[in-house]
Amino acid sequence: MPSNNNAAERKSFQRKSVKSTSYLFLLPTIAYLFIWMVIPLSMTIYYSFQKYNILLPYIHGFNGVTNYYQVFISSDFQASVINTLILVGVSLLFTIVLGILIALIYSTDFWGKNFARTLFITPFFAMPIVNGLLWKNMILNPTYGLSAWFERMIGISPISWLGSFPLLSIIIIVVWEWLPFSVLIFLTALQSVPETIIEAARIDGAGKLSEFFYIILPNIFQTIYVVLMLETMFFISIFAEIFVTTSGGPGLASTNLPYYIYLQGFFAWNVGKASAAAVITVIIANIIVLFFANFLSKKLKFGGE
Amino acid sequence: MKSKKRLEKFTIGVIGFVIAIIFFFPIFWMFLTSFKTEVGAFSIPPEFLFKPVLTAYQAVFARGDVQKYFINTIISSFGSTLIALIVAIPASYSLAFLKPKGRNFTLLWIISTKMMPPVGVLIPIYIVYTNLGLIDNIWGLTAIYVMMNLPIMVWLLFDTFSNIPLEILEAAKIDGASTYKLITNVLLPISKSGIWSASLLSVILAWNEGFWCVNLTNVNAATLGVFISSFKAGEGLYWAKMSAISTLAVIPVIILGWIVQTQIVRGLTFGALKE
Repeated sequence: MPSNNNAAERKSFQRKSVKSTSYLFLLPTIAYLFIWMVIPLSMTIYYSFQKYNILLPYIHGFNGVTNYYQVFISSDFQASVINTLILVGVSLLFTIVLGILIALIYSTDFWGKNFARTLFITPFFAMPIVNGLLWKNMILNPTYGLSAWFERMIGISPISWLGSFPLLSIIIIVVWEWLPFSVLIFLTALQSVPETIIEAARIDGAGKLSEFFYIILPNIFQTIYVVLMLETMFFISIFAEIFVTTSGGPGLASTNLPYYIYLQGFFAWNVGKASAAAVITVIIANIIVLFFANFLSKKLKFGGE
Repeated sequence: MKSKKRLEKFTIGVIGFVIAIIFFFPIFWMFLTSFKTEVGAFSIPPEFLFKPVLTAYQAVFARGDVQKYFINTIISSFGSTLIALIVAIPASYSLAFLKPKGRNFTLLWIISTKMMPPVGVLIPIYIVYTNLGLIDNIWGLTAIYVMMNLPIMVWLLFDTFSNIPLEILEAAKIDGASTYKLITNVLLPISKSGIWSASLLSVILAWNEGFWCVNLTNVNAATLGVFISSFKAGEGLYWAKMSAISTLAVIPVIILGWIVQTQIVRGLTFGALKE
């Protein structure tokens, strides 16, 4: 905060302005988010307790917790929960660990550093639909793809990546897309590690490894939680990459929760069941995000004061 | 000692470039494929050196509907950003300067709406949209993108406004400027760079969005993403064409991203990261 923004000045400004203006100005934002988020979310919760299938319009009414029960005992749902956790967990692991390592490389001064970094971050700015299709066809296609060509060259028979390892293939695409994001965040964090401390450690004869574990890592710990929290939010909602590559298959091998809800809603037309699964997804997302946010809560300050 | 250090720097530089090339390569390969013939796109071994042709681009534009997808993408991404700006500016002004009661709670609530996976509201919005005739309507999709970007916009503008010295606003107030004048003539010009980066982030997120557009549109309001995703059915019969349209769809955003890389990422962390 700049020093000239002190509390007294803020107060005097506040006194002169009309109190009601402050609420009036907030109203459009709050109303918009209320109409587009709070009301639909309430409707999802409402539907999750209803018998409601678009294909069976005559059967409706209160259904108790039957939808939830059906969802929980369904092996499809269980599979998609596990797939979601694997997809989120493994992608987090790789984007964090590789993210820190690559950020260390790009924080070193070398010739053409900015150019290399700029090329590196490109996948993050391409649309996920394009990224998914590009990997599915030109790279991972088992006959004409680059991977097949490479595999033949090293003397093994081409692997059908999306058919045999669908979830792994999607994780590769997601990590390729999102590593630039975590690298750019870690780069910013590394800049804030005080140079003097590193210098002091070097004079004391600290090796590269101890420098990393005792100085750099503790200084970017908070950033790791920021990345964990944000990426969890994004990774739980992954849809486009699955939609254009495996369509959740083969079978349900790469169906995550959003894709499961999409199938329940738009193929089985079972609004009740899809809504129950959606409520559970929202709860899971909030538990994980709040878990990480909890570690941050003391340190994450508001921009204001 | 010195030469050892130089060697180390050189090695790190080489690793840095190898990583960059590996990550950039798939996009570059798509770019190359877009200048091949459909037969050339399939050739084994892959063609790295070839005579570039524009047939794929010509074929894409010969369809006649590609312009529509471009226009829809532009309307939904720029339109939603403009609306989000108009709604967010007064809110952020209020949160930063007027300090309403429950300000911290309001800020937290606004940002917490981003914690909800979009799929949590998909079904009701689809049903309501069907009843209101907003399915496959570009303004229906635009309204969704406003919802998606409004919390980020409010948060980033709040962050920008909070760093503006109060004396400047005070002085304008004493000169008798109305609140409207204060915002348009004083506040917005001095927060120009913050507003630009928030808007760019909003445009990029809407442009690249791949969940709502495939679920809420199909023909009339289809965006580039929806059109490109239709290539998934052909089992890769038209790689050159797919690459051509994909290249056109991603190039504007990639170039924007290259220019404003750090601000974009800072924006996505909701300003939680200070430089």
